[in-house]
Amino acid sequence: RGHGTYVEEEKLIASVAGAVERVNKLVCVKALKTRYNGEVGDIVVGRITEVQQKRWKVETNSRLDSVLLLSSMNLPGGELRRRSAEDELAMRDYLQEGDLISAEVQSVFSDGAVSLHTRSLKYGKLGQGVLVQVSPSLVKRQKTHFHDLPCGASVILGNNGFIWIYPTPEQKDEEGGGFTTNLEPVPLSDREVISRLRNCIVALVTQKLMLFDTSILYCYEASLPHQIKDILKPEVMEEIVLETRQRLLDLEG
Amino acid sequence: MASVVLSEAEKLYIVHGVQEDLRVDGRGCEDYRCAEVETDVVSNTSGSARVKLGHTDILVGVKAEMGTPKLEKPDEGYLEFFVDCSANATPEFEGRGGEELGTEIANTLYRVFSSESSVDLKSICINPREHCWVLYVDVLLLECGGNLFDAISIAVKAALFNTRIPKVRVLEDEEGSKEIELSDDPYDCIRLNVDDVPCIVTLSKIGYRHVVDATLQEEACSLASLLISVTSKGAITSMKKMGKGSLDPESIFEMMETGKRVGKSLHIALQKILDEEESLGTSRQKVGFLG
Repeated sequence: RGHGTYVEEEKLIASVAGAVERVNKLVCVKALKTRYNGEVGDIVVGRITEVQQKRWKVETNSRLDSVLLLSSMNLPGGELRRRSAEDELAMRDYLQEGDLISAEVQSVFSDGAVSLHTRSLKYGKLGQGVLVQVSPSLVKRQKTHFHDLPCGASVILGNNGFIWIYPTPEQKDEEGGGFTTNLEPVPLSDREVISRLRNCIVALVTQKLMLFDTSILYCYEASLPHQIKDILKPEVMEEIVLETRQRLLDLEG
Repeated sequence: MASVVLSEAEKLYIVHGVQEDLRVDGRGCEDYRCAEVETDVVSNTSGSARVKLGHTDILVGVKAEMGTPKLEKPDEGYLEFFVDCSANATPEFEGRGGEELGTEIANTLYRVFSSESSVDLKSICINPREHCWVLYVDVLLLECGGNLFDAISIAVKAALFNTRIPKVRVLEDEEGSKEIELSDDPYDCIRLNVDDVPCIVTLSKIGYRHVVDATLQEEACSLASLLISVTSKGAITSMKKMGKGSLDPESIFEMMETGKRVGKSLHIALQKILDEEESLGTSRQKVGFLG
């Protein structure tokens, strides 16, 4: 009899509702509405809440704030050296309160707090775009969480439920490492794609469909006949998601 | 007010989007989010309404009690507003945190309804100088998702429309003391005329343009906003400026015009929903809180 169960009328009942996972004799229920539980290797999108000595506190929709150590952060230009006191004083120049970052989970502390790192050029500070917050259980585990969708925008599906939609960068910056943000206005065509993707993701989440690149893409294509702002109307939402579900079933079967 | 923290790049994205009339969720600058309005959700009130505007959830209950008219207006009843910002909405409202916002909203509602023509207060007076109906309007903030004032005013109008005040007769005794008799029929009641009740339209200034029905993220990018209460005929009954930024007179004029336009269509849409609910009568299936 593990945590989160209770006995009623001689039956053992789980106190959360969700998907059942069985491993030999262990029966687990993965709750639908839950905070993010970090696992090593997950990609997360987080928001900086505090700047402390030698580390940043990052909000990732988990029970405790995640930690990003200064030593786990890439220096601009990709240098490899010991972090000095000057780096510590210049921390606020790299990341401030309110900034969004993409990072990978390095390790999990014993109390469940997650330690992040941005030790690759694909992680780092995020620029212009839209953040959508969903339940972590709706993001499907895949090989890669960075997708460049053919419709004209890119999306980062964070395992913690933070989805970041942004305009596809034109050339790949090798040196940037994510520190210089592009502050030029995003063109209207890209904005329409991003808004439509955002509404599609909200529609999929309301109807409790798993989020992965194919489902988002099918939902986008199903929503094209409608105006962007109409996607959030309940009737239109149901219709679009039904079509997406149908196409996904056809894909499998 | 509840607020979200945004990065500079996100704010820039929102501001540029508003300039091009395409907001983050695809709306134009003058579009409202999908709103759900339901009346008669609380059984022990004279009238109630619940409004869900995006993530903003408001519950309004109206209770009619007997009282004495105010000295300066002896032949009219009056309305009393109370706003409760529950800790459900955001953790900032825990304990006494929501009091400041609550009093601000209540004072705004008093101002909006201060005009003579909004509610016919003479109809709720029973005996001049002695007895009148006092309508206690209680507003409960269940969730804060941006654009509180608009949602509250819509809910107040819907709740007043739904209010049923029992009919009373005043009997005079031989000694001159008056007795109040309630009619036996529970369906025998007076309804308020809400045609002239104003609705608040909040216009938030973002960059060089203004938007209607701002979400929490858009409110974080806006430095100043204008609250206008508009009646269904397009008349403005009160105006209030909020926020720490400044507005120049030309943009105020433009915002007023937008407010009138948007307000009129808001009233038409709300009246349609209320009339539809009314026509379904007692056979209407109530969604309530668990739907």
